[in-house]
Amino acid sequence: MRDARPLVRLLRDPAGAGQVKDWTSLVAVARAESLAGSLACRLEGLELPAPVEALLEAARRDGEAGRVQALWEAEMARRALAPLGVPIILLKGTAYAAAGLEAGRGRSIGDLDILVARPALPDVERALLAAGWEWVKEDSYDDQYYRRWMHELPPLIHRERDRMIDVHHAILPLTARPKPDMAAMIADRVALADGLFTLSPPDMIVHAAAHLFADGDMAGGLRNLWDIDRLLREFAEGDPGFWPALNERAARHGLLPAVGRAVRLAHHLYATPVNWCQAPISKSLISEATTPAKIGARHQLAAADLLYRRRLLARDGWGRARRPLIRLGFYVRSHWLRMPPLMLAKHLWVKARKPRR
Amino acid sequence: MNHVFRLQVGPVSFRIGSQWRRPVAQLRRLYEGYPEPEGVCDFTVRLEAERVWRRWLRPSVAIRGDYVLPDAAPLPLAQGLLAAEMGMNLQMALGQKRFLLLHAASVERDGRALLMTGHSGAGKSTLGALLGERGWRFMGDEFALLDLADGRLHPFPRAVSLKNESLGLFDGVDPARLGPVLTGTPKGRIRHLRPNGEAVARMGEPATPVLILFPRFGRDLEPTVREVGAAEAFMRLTQASTNYVALGESGFDALTRFVGALPCRAIDYADTAQAQALIDELWAKA
Repeated sequence: MRDARPLVRLLRDPAGAGQVKDWTSLVAVARAESLAGSLACRLEGLELPAPVEALLEAARRDGEAGRVQALWEAEMARRALAPLGVPIILLKGTAYAAAGLEAGRGRSIGDLDILVARPALPDVERALLAAGWEWVKEDSYDDQYYRRWMHELPPLIHRERDRMIDVHHAILPLTARPKPDMAAMIADRVALADGLFTLSPPDMIVHAAAHLFADGDMAGGLRNLWDIDRLLREFAEGDPGFWPALNERAARHGLLPAVGRAVRLAHHLYATPVNWCQAPISKSLISEATTPAKIGARHQLAAADLLYRRRLLARDGWGRARRPLIRLGFYVRSHWLRMPPLMLAKHLWVKARKPRR
Repeated sequence: MNHVFRLQVGPVSFRIGSQWRRPVAQLRRLYEGYPEPEGVCDFTVRLEAERVWRRWLRPSVAIRGDYVLPDAAPLPLAQGLLAAEMGMNLQMALGQKRFLLLHAASVERDGRALLMTGHSGAGKSTLGALLGERGWRFMGDEFALLDLADGRLHPFPRAVSLKNESLGLFDGVDPARLGPVLTGTPKGRIRHLRPNGEAVARMGEPATPVLILFPRFGRDLEPTVREVGAAEAFMRLTQASTNYVALGESGFDALTRFVGALPCRAIDYADTAQAQALIDELWAKA
């Protein structure tokens, strides 16, 4: 297995499970991409060889135990923060699980990610520290860096439950070029039964796309794109207003390029159904693509998309990372996206002079 | 990967890939007579150079696979066999979710199993291996696999890693069952021992647990037996389990049933003859 394509094919079309020759490699790739639980849920109910079925059943049970623990962690945070009376918005995996979305099925959930309004940050921080969370990093440069430039507090870990919480006040670092409208995002939140919130459906997609394509080095990208595929399917089904709303939100947050790329790549890799006339697309492309033929061409991958695709699939049948140069390129890009050049130079200089731990 | 070995141990199967020939050749020899897995392997272990040039230059083996510890130290190539064993343990400890995993030795007689657990150095591994040579069926010395549904123990008869002084206790065994002597490892001098033919032939047969022992070894200890309550046994076994927390409710259910149904005893001993006498006595009553 030279890349992750067999995994992508099977996620897209579970009926192909009968033709799988090398389950061991497939499982190694799925585990390396944090997609083992999602794959197991996707293949549930199929006739498979007994050892494969036993392995997938364990992955499903593991996903379920992880879901319960993630929701419990959200409840712990809710209890700690309830007296403040500020809205707590769940993000990513915990949000999908709490909202009962398809994207949450079997999904591995690591840290608890929450979003609060920036002015509430000092109170939230104090309340969490009082309820047993502690700082993970003890480094003053890192701490200052987080507080001044990042979209989240430095990570906190709970001293008894050993689980991390990331408290966000924005979806991208403050130094990144796109400036999402956080007030609008928070205002549009959707209430859950227990008093917690999630983002609105279009903002959930915008956040997932921003996280994948406008921040970070694409590690775990195949899983994040799978989230996007599941979310788009579920939100767009039976809601004709969804695509225009997504378009409007992506534009408002300055994230049309990232959302457009997410939609194109999800369609190409996971066959996400897309309404191409109304799907988010960069303004420059809209002006060119006004004739029906050109609208039809919107789904085609842009040249740069091919590079992203190679990076997303760069995993061999032993679970090893492949394509070191492309990976390095995306790693460098992640820093480039995060800060202006001078600031990046200063940041790397400080980091390089610090003793490695 | 250039060199591949597939191994079935009880209900668990491994695919081990290595950039070097030697660790795989040593594994093949150590696990001679073990069945080859059918179909999918549960876990992949990779033995690969920590940095590209370390494949040839002062070769050092990084332990990787489906599940990894970020700060695991690499081992010199001479200890490649140990790296493979540690790699398999790591996959079990971090990735095994089909069973409740107890860091314990287990042996069987008449379909009934004895489980021994304790801190490193308590002697569970040595005792398990010794009993396995003296009329018991050896089920495993590293992990005992507790079935989450029916509460039975599944065998996991990997090679026993004999450490330092305990090497001398097995002088009489067939030398073909012994691996190379590994010196200067993080755990001192180590030599692996392949479980005997019966343990390998019957690795597919689970057994019903009937007795839990917490042995403690010390040269100046008086041989004693102490009853251990279910609550204490529960706490000690949660500490001896690598996946109790990850399993959530099903792990809690399995473990409470386990300690609720079985007698638990702590035993102190100063030599293996004393330990065996205590075990025989308790086993007769179990």
